[in-house]
Amino acid sequence: MSEENQSQPAFQERALARKKVTSTLSRVAKYSAVRLVTLFLTIVVAIFLTIVIANMGGYVDEIRRGEIRETYNQQAAMNPAIRNLSVEERRRWVEERVRLEEHRLGLDKPFMVRTVSYMTNALTLNLGRSMHLTSDSGSRTVRLILLERLPSTLVLFGTANILLFFFDLYVALYLSRRYGSFLDKLFITLAPLNSAPGWFYGIFLILIFAAVFKILPFGGMVDTPPPSSPVLYALSLMKHMILPMLALALSSVFLAVYSQRTFFLIYSSEDYVEMAKAKGLSSRDIERRYILRPTLPTIITNFALGLIGVWTGAPIFETIFQWPGLGRQLFQAIGLYDIPIILGETVIFSYLLAITVFLLDFIYALVDPRVKVGGQGGAPS
Amino acid sequence: MNQLRKSFRELLRYPSAIAGLIIVLALVAISIYALIAIPYNEAIRLWRGGEDVWYMNPKNVPPEWINWFRRNDLPASFLLDSRSEENEDGTVVKETAAVSEDMNQVTITFSFDYPYESYPQELILYMNGSYTEKKPYVAISIITPDGRELRATEMSIDEADTYRFSQDQRLQRRLRGAAPMIGIFSVPDTDPPVPLQGTYQVVLTGFTFEEGSDFDARLVMHGQVAGWAGTDHRRRDLSVALLWGTPLALAFGLLAALGTTVTTMIIAAIGVWFGSWVDELIQRVTEVNLVLPFLPILIMIGTFYSKSIWLMLGATIALSIFGGAIKSYRAIFLQIKESPYIEAARAYGAGNMRIIIFYLVPRIVPLLIPTLVTLIPSYVFLEASLAVLGLGDPVLPTWGKIINDANANGALYMGQYYWVLEPAVLLMITGLAFALLGFAMDRIFNPRLRGV
Repeated sequence: MSEENQSQPAFQERALARKKVTSTLSRVAKYSAVRLVTLFLTIVVAIFLTIVIANMGGYVDEIRRGEIRETYNQQAAMNPAIRNLSVEERRRWVEERVRLEEHRLGLDKPFMVRTVSYMTNALTLNLGRSMHLTSDSGSRTVRLILLERLPSTLVLFGTANILLFFFDLYVALYLSRRYGSFLDKLFITLAPLNSAPGWFYGIFLILIFAAVFKILPFGGMVDTPPPSSPVLYALSLMKHMILPMLALALSSVFLAVYSQRTFFLIYSSEDYVEMAKAKGLSSRDIERRYILRPTLPTIITNFALGLIGVWTGAPIFETIFQWPGLGRQLFQAIGLYDIPIILGETVIFSYLLAITVFLLDFIYALVDPRVKVGGQGGAPS
Repeated sequence: MNQLRKSFRELLRYPSAIAGLIIVLALVAISIYALIAIPYNEAIRLWRGGEDVWYMNPKNVPPEWINWFRRNDLPASFLLDSRSEENEDGTVVKETAAVSEDMNQVTITFSFDYPYESYPQELILYMNGSYTEKKPYVAISIITPDGRELRATEMSIDEADTYRFSQDQRLQRRLRGAAPMIGIFSVPDTDPPVPLQGTYQVVLTGFTFEEGSDFDARLVMHGQVAGWAGTDHRRRDLSVALLWGTPLALAFGLLAALGTTVTTMIIAAIGVWFGSWVDELIQRVTEVNLVLPFLPILIMIGTFYSKSIWLMLGATIALSIFGGAIKSYRAIFLQIKESPYIEAARAYGAGNMRIIIFYLVPRIVPLLIPTLVTLIPSYVFLEASLAVLGLGDPVLPTWGKIINDANANGALYMGQYYWVLEPAVLLMITGLAFALLGFAMDRIFNPRLRGV
């Protein structure tokens, strides 16, 4: 397309430019459609695997069968009309009910058929009913329980990650300008701190700021009882978010800044940067156009991988901080052996990861001048 | 080999690498010591043991070295045994005098120094009598440093009998309602109670009524500090878990890092070498793996099947093989594949697997070593994370399980900081040591990073 473009006469250029915009749009649409389909297929496979792991050897099914039988045995014992029947008749009554219920739930179908039906249920977020846990409104529908917890998780990790991304970038640029300074050396020295996960620093921070100095709360999302006015609510929320965000920052900032600054340094010794300096461009412009532009894709990829890591670590992080999010729900579900919730959580986390991957793919394509969304290869136009 | 030695010498130029190396070696030494000093079965017996194993320890007390940082020492815990000659924390005197043909008077006197400004948790006598029909009968009393004699109780002794001073209601009444530990160890009639320092004596005066009948006693004081690591809510000495946690953490970290990186590398090499659909398949699997939520799946496996540390290790490796690293290895292999020496190998008729194992893989081993070392801490912490979530190995004592116990029992709220800090500091040190080492190695093996 680019070769064609150059061979066109000048008066047609404007028309072509308009066409290019529309074609870019359609290409973006096509690209995202293709990407969405691929990702959806990826999710299907991932959830299929999840369900196979969860249900290996029909383990969950056995538990459900046992539960059904127990329910009807109890009913038979409670119901006076049935209690008075003979043992043989009562047994037949229970068997009949169990058979019907298993048929209704599809438990009498072959393993593969069952797995496929579970998978469709999981994909459509038809997650069934929990065994013990309830949502705050008292519902036992797994989807409602999880959706109720989703916003808290998103608020914490969303805010933390966006803030951290820009903070990292800013500090890294600053340090690459002051290469070799004390602050630079400090960040390099502290980079190994990332070997410990966020929850680990959380323990220390809680110990220092909550247990010893008693200036910040031990955990939770808002004060109890929750403040009624929105302003106070937001303030209370912010107060509770300080320690978790600090913990996330401690576990990631130093390494991220270190690796980004190293990248910037490597790229700032490129010839075209020297050239730009010789031309007399301001250092701001050099940073933005000549250093940040080519390094951004790599930085975003690293950030994406980090984000995925954080998502995955949420269960323990939220448990330590008593944050009422998805992760802590998972922890509670483990404690109560609430299988539908554990399965549902895994499915939701798969979706979250897939959405992250999709968004970052897209952003990646937007910021990298060499990658054209939906274009053929990396040829510049 | 020469290359390796050169790299190693270069590594020693980095102070951080030396520090890391020293810590790692120290951890290895601790592991070896732990494995030798407390054999596997003994460690499990101790860690799973209840009151029968740990009766001499107080509950939830910090380690003894906490006294180095305090103006007023906290009472230490000790055990005095009338059967053993040597008792480091006090003296035991046992005297037997014949009263009549069958009857003996046995006096056991425990004396111990009490120089502390606070009160112990508990004072317990464990007594063992030997008799055929008539039980020995003892009177227990305490002689305080100012010469008062407090009568505690009188009782007959079974084969195994226990007397807990703090749970004796009559003793409490005799001490005018003060809790026995405070009443015994205070200057009389002070309010608020003032501890009385000096040498205390617990005297057992008993009679045996048969020939050959005898009794022995052990005096256990539960102080407010114990051992060099403190104790937990089940009176267990944390040093067992701290020691044994070291080899387990190192083994888990090392095996997981090794298993993951090596298999990832070989799979990347296979994909690059065979190309076409093999490569494509590996790429797709990597994408699926990226969407699989790692920790929730591990949690699922832990809840549904088994919490064994080795199953977790296997699952971890299996889930990490197709990680993001496969893409970077692939990029490097793609370059190496075009090298002339690979062509030469193909020309002399080397098979596919031979080229992959002997020609492709060794080329990126230098790149692999720093990655491997920096990966170790993340797996050490993964094991701890699982334990903190309550999915630690049910039998083995690990650092993460101590944190889990502490967290579950609200150690931070109750101010029992040592309980959390000890395993956390060990984890931190381990993580930092490997990270320091890995960072230095990365600089040596990655020439692009040199000078920046």
